[in-house]
This record gives sequence, C-alpha cells and structure tokens, in this order.
Amino acid sequence: MATELRDESRMIASILAGDVQVFHELIRPYERRVYAMALSFLRNEADAEDAAQEAFLKAFRNLASFRGDAKFGTWLVSIALNEARSRIRRRDAVKMESLDEPDDEGQTSPALLLDWKEIPSEALERKEVRFLLHKAVTALPLIYREVFQLRDIEQLSVNEAAQALGITVSSVKVRLHRARMMLQKALAPQLKEMAPKRRWWAWS
Amino acid sequence: MVIECKHVWEHISGYLDQTLPPEVLEQVQKHLEHCEICSAILDSTRNILILTADERVFELPLGFSERLHARVEEEIRGLAP
Repeated sequence: MATELRDESRMIASILAGDVQVFHELIRPYERRVYAMALSFLRNEADAEDAAQEAFLKAFRNLASFRGDAKFGTWLVSIALNEARSRIRRRDAVKMESLDEPDDEGQTSPALLLDWKEIPSEALERKEVRFLLHKAVTALPLIYREVFQLRDIEQLSVNEAAQALGITVSSVKVRLHRARMMLQKALAPQLKEMAPKRRWWAWS
Repeated sequence: MVIECKHVWEHISGYLDQTLPPEVLEQVQKHLEHCEICSAILDSTRNILILTADERVFELPLGFSERLHARVEEEIRGLAP
C-alpha cells in the first residue's frame, strides 16, 4: 500500500512543529476509510460525511496526543468510531440497533449453491450489483458490520481492527466469520439470481 | 478424521485467511476435494469478499474530498494543533 512508503511520523512531527499544511497530505489516504466507517455506523451519507469531517478535525486538534504506539490510520479510525458512536447515541438509535443484533453465540448456515463459481469483474460495472453489495453490508448488525468494514473492506489486520474497536483479537475473528457467513447467505442467492443471460456470465 | 459439512463451514473464514492449524487445514482440504456443496460455499464467500472490497462498492460521495479539505483548511487557519 502506498501509505507504507510515507513516513507518517515525520509528517506528524512537521505538523506539530508548525508546518500545518502537511496535514492535508497526511489524511489523504484515509478519506475513504474514515467515511466508510462513519457510513457503516450512521447509514446515511450526509451524516456520515459530517461525522467524517469532524473526525478529521478532531484528529488535527488532538494530533499532539497521538503517541505512535498504533498506526496513524488505526488511531484515526478510532476517532471516527467514537464520533459515529456519539452521534448514534445522540440520535437515540442505540435501542433500535441492539434489537437486531443477534448474540455472539448465534449460528449462521451458509446458502447452498452448486453453480455459482466465478464472477467476471464486469459484474461490478453494473449499478444494481454494487447497490446489492452495499445494501447487504449496511444491513449487517453493527457489531458484525464494523468488523467486516475494517477487516475485509479496509483491509486492516486482525490486530489493527481489534485495537481500533477496543475488542479482543478472538472477538474480531468470531465476528468476522459470522459477518462473512451472513453475507454469503444473503448475497450468494441474490447475485446468482441477478445473473443475466449473457455469454460471459459463468453463474448459470 | 472425516469431518462433516457444518464443521467445514466453521472454518471457511480461517481457510480464506490462511490461519487454520495444519491438521485442521488438512481435514478441510480433504473434505473440499470431494464435497461440491462446501466448495461452492467457499467459492461464493471468496467471491463476495472480492466484490465487497472493490472500491466501487463504497465510493466517496462526489466532492467529498474537496469539502473535507476546505473544512480542514478553515480549521488550520483558525488554530494550530
């Protein structure tokens, strides 16, 4: 990843020493991740954008307190999580949210399909496929959605995801597995059904 | 040892992340070799992970970056960290 080549601690030191414009460059690789995290919590684009902006501003204001024991990106994600969580509390959605969260012990059986194998990358050219995927991820209960978002969409390591969410590595693994199985169950039949009768389509 | 389908399902995530202990991995692999159902579940799960990770699924709204940097600029002008 391009961010690995950047010396973020040096950038942060420059900002703290007064070269504040560097902050623009520092946050550029994380825009999507922070927005996506906020969106996965708030499920509303306008609220998510506002929360994401606020998270970046908070990161700027509190940059001096960044210790460097986590990666900057992980620290940023925890700020975004806190921001989104406090907005959810303000919106008083906590009660509604907890109702649709199955407990950690729940089992999910996968959808059984025999003929859904390869997907051509062209599938994503189609708006309805992107919409379906987006909708399915957004519909996951929060505790699974946040783990899936960090790990499988933003490609954080299991340890980084655990750190950002303040949960154990084994909880990350358990929730991730459940999230993936729930998505497989919800999406595999739909994606297969949506397959149009086109030559390049290998699903049917 | 032969394992049943439902036990294989519990290991799909670990299989995709390549974090299964060698003895479990071997059992799962053996099962997958002869079980079409579990192979299809594995394939579809892998496909879904590839699809959802595509940047086009969770796109930034148009103008997001510009609006963000304008707000950051306002903040920078008003206050140094």
